[in-house]
Amino acid sequence: MNDQTMSAPLLHPSAPSPASDGGTLKMTARNVNVFYGAKQAIRDVSIDVTQENVTAFIGPSGCGKSTFLRTLNRMNDTVSSARVEGRITLDGEDIYAPDMDVVQLRARVGMVFQKPNPFPKSIYENVAYGPRIHGLASARADMDQIVEKSLRRAGLWDEVKDRLNDSGTALSGGQQQRLCIARAIAVDPEVILMDEPCSALDPIATAKIEELIHELRGRYAIVIVTHNMQQAARVSQRTAFFHLGTLVEYGDTSEIFTNPRETRTKDYITGRYG
Amino acid sequence: MSILAILFLVLGLGFVAWFAARAKAAGFQPENGIRPHSRPGHHGWYVALWAIVPALIFLAVWANIAPGLTMAAAIESPAGAGLPSPGMERSAILSEVRGLADGRIQGGFYPKAQEMLPAYKAARMRYGIAGASLALILALAGGTYAFTRLRPDFRARTRVERVVMIGLLVASLIAILTTLGIVASLLVETMRFFSKVSPVEFLFGTSWSPQTAMRADQVGSSGAFGAIPLFWGTIFIGAIIAMVVAIPLGLMSAIYLTQYAAPAVRKWLKPILEVLAGVPTVVYGYFAALTVAPAVRSFAVMAGIPGASSESALAAGLVMGIMIIPFVSSMADDSIAAVPQAMRDGSLAMGATTSETIRKVLVPAALPGVVGGVLLAVSRAIGETMIVVMAAGLAANLTANPFASVTTVTTQIVQLLTGDQEFDSPKTLAAFALGLVLFIVTLLLNIVALRVVKKYREAYE
Repeated sequence: MNDQTMSAPLLHPSAPSPASDGGTLKMTARNVNVFYGAKQAIRDVSIDVTQENVTAFIGPSGCGKSTFLRTLNRMNDTVSSARVEGRITLDGEDIYAPDMDVVQLRARVGMVFQKPNPFPKSIYENVAYGPRIHGLASARADMDQIVEKSLRRAGLWDEVKDRLNDSGTALSGGQQQRLCIARAIAVDPEVILMDEPCSALDPIATAKIEELIHELRGRYAIVIVTHNMQQAARVSQRTAFFHLGTLVEYGDTSEIFTNPRETRTKDYITGRYG
Repeated sequence: MSILAILFLVLGLGFVAWFAARAKAAGFQPENGIRPHSRPGHHGWYVALWAIVPALIFLAVWANIAPGLTMAAAIESPAGAGLPSPGMERSAILSEVRGLADGRIQGGFYPKAQEMLPAYKAARMRYGIAGASLALILALAGGTYAFTRLRPDFRARTRVERVVMIGLLVASLIAILTTLGIVASLLVETMRFFSKVSPVEFLFGTSWSPQTAMRADQVGSSGAFGAIPLFWGTIFIGAIIAMVVAIPLGLMSAIYLTQYAAPAVRKWLKPILEVLAGVPTVVYGYFAALTVAPAVRSFAVMAGIPGASSESALAAGLVMGIMIIPFVSSMADDSIAAVPQAMRDGSLAMGATTSETIRKVLVPAALPGVVGGVLLAVSRAIGETMIVVMAAGLAANLTANPFASVTTVTTQIVQLLTGDQEFDSPKTLAAFALGLVLFIVTLLLNIVALRVVKKYREAYE
């Protein structure tokens, strides 16, 4: 196991700039608006994502938190009616610039979805999918190493090492989600976006994913959307509260949960609505 | 009285019964606070069904046995005494009696028929009246019986529901029984064929020349029924050439339509593609015979390929492939659309391009559905008749040269049955054996295809 094999033809090191509130700035969004056709889903959102912290997006259903998450790796491009305004940068680079290669961007900003979505292939092939596409391993042995390392990081290796050729869809829900995380980290991204990764899982599987998020923290900048406030409190250091497409409040998780500045945040956290 | 009049009478009785029962049921009051079990309409239907159904069943049976009874009575009568013994003449006389009585023929050939006519007419009248009265009595009795059973707590709704279920069951049984009937008739004729030609020769023989001698001294028509060249021709055209055309084109158009086409484009292109499936196959036949076949032949001649014929496997197969495209495309379209969006998103989020996503995720995930579609398309192609009749030719060649003329099972069935040989000659009977083979093969293909598709559907639900 060495980090060399997962190294970084895709890594774009650039001068880290300090964020205003501690931590190294990884991604920034400034005055972002998102429209679906004529309907505005996101209004004037500005936010910083730091390398060291897990950032949680919380808010009631339909508040735009998932939509905003999907602007960070341009997954909204797949929706033909979606339109994004404003500036979003990754290491200072505008990801909506005309010369930005979406394929490269998504290799750097990985994503884990709400419902586990392993491909109907073997466990091995699921993890090897990204590295193969991006040509990260030429020899079989290199690929084996990437697969093992990714599965280990996702905390799944011991459970599946004897059945790597079984179908990924045959695993339990929690295992499938960890497989999807392994698949995402196999291309060694810089940022991992998680869109309610535990909403389809039982409490034990959820606990495992949360534990995993703790372990991955620092190695990857992590942004997690969750409708579960306890989860946000448990896994994140920074929390952003969205409501009706606007960013109501963004700050340290401990602050948001104990001493919110806005009444709307307070009402949501104390369970008045949402 | 004609059957039709009785039918209307019975239906009229049912109509009256419906109103009467409904009116009676409408008067039911709640007993001890419990509402009547069924609504008045259910009671109405219950009584009406009792009035109509038994009478109709009786009429259906009666319509079949009454003519026989009538004729028997006429023969028993004194006028029928001098009839010739059973044989051609007797049948002719009896059928003339019937014709005269129905007014279908004027004046007859046999004096005996004229003699029997009054007795026959009298018997017919008797049985007609008997049948009509019985039907009406049944209708009245049924209606009355049902009517007396009506009570507020009578479960008319449940009964009516059961009758509806039985009605639907009968409707579906008719389709199934018809299929069984077709299979049975195929089987019987095939057995007759196999009593003249051995199954081994038929299934494994390589020489097909179905002309049999009509006279013993005729030459060159000994008759050979080895169907291998036909099977080969069918597979060559329907399962090989047509599929080489249809699978890639159908799959690619499905991929374009589901993954690349803008909704507006898809809205126009998909129906246009489906129009292909609505073109009558005989029109494809012209196209194959008049446009494609000559073009294929001139190409073969130009390229110096030996054995070029104006009727070629290639021409028929190409056009058949075009015809099949909508089948493959629409099945592939469905299966690709059934792959969850999450799968596609998962791949795109890994940084895969659209075409990588299609090749590595969508098509493999949709493959079982696509395979099912292809099998259905093959079964349709090998059963297809008009194109091959018009473009593939009649020569039973066992050749892999696509420019040569080959023949197919369906083409030969048409040839065998449109000949002028008597119906029990091996030549004609061979058509049934070929039909049975075709039926079995397409049935198996359909079963396998549907299983594959079903299994695949379960995977995502």
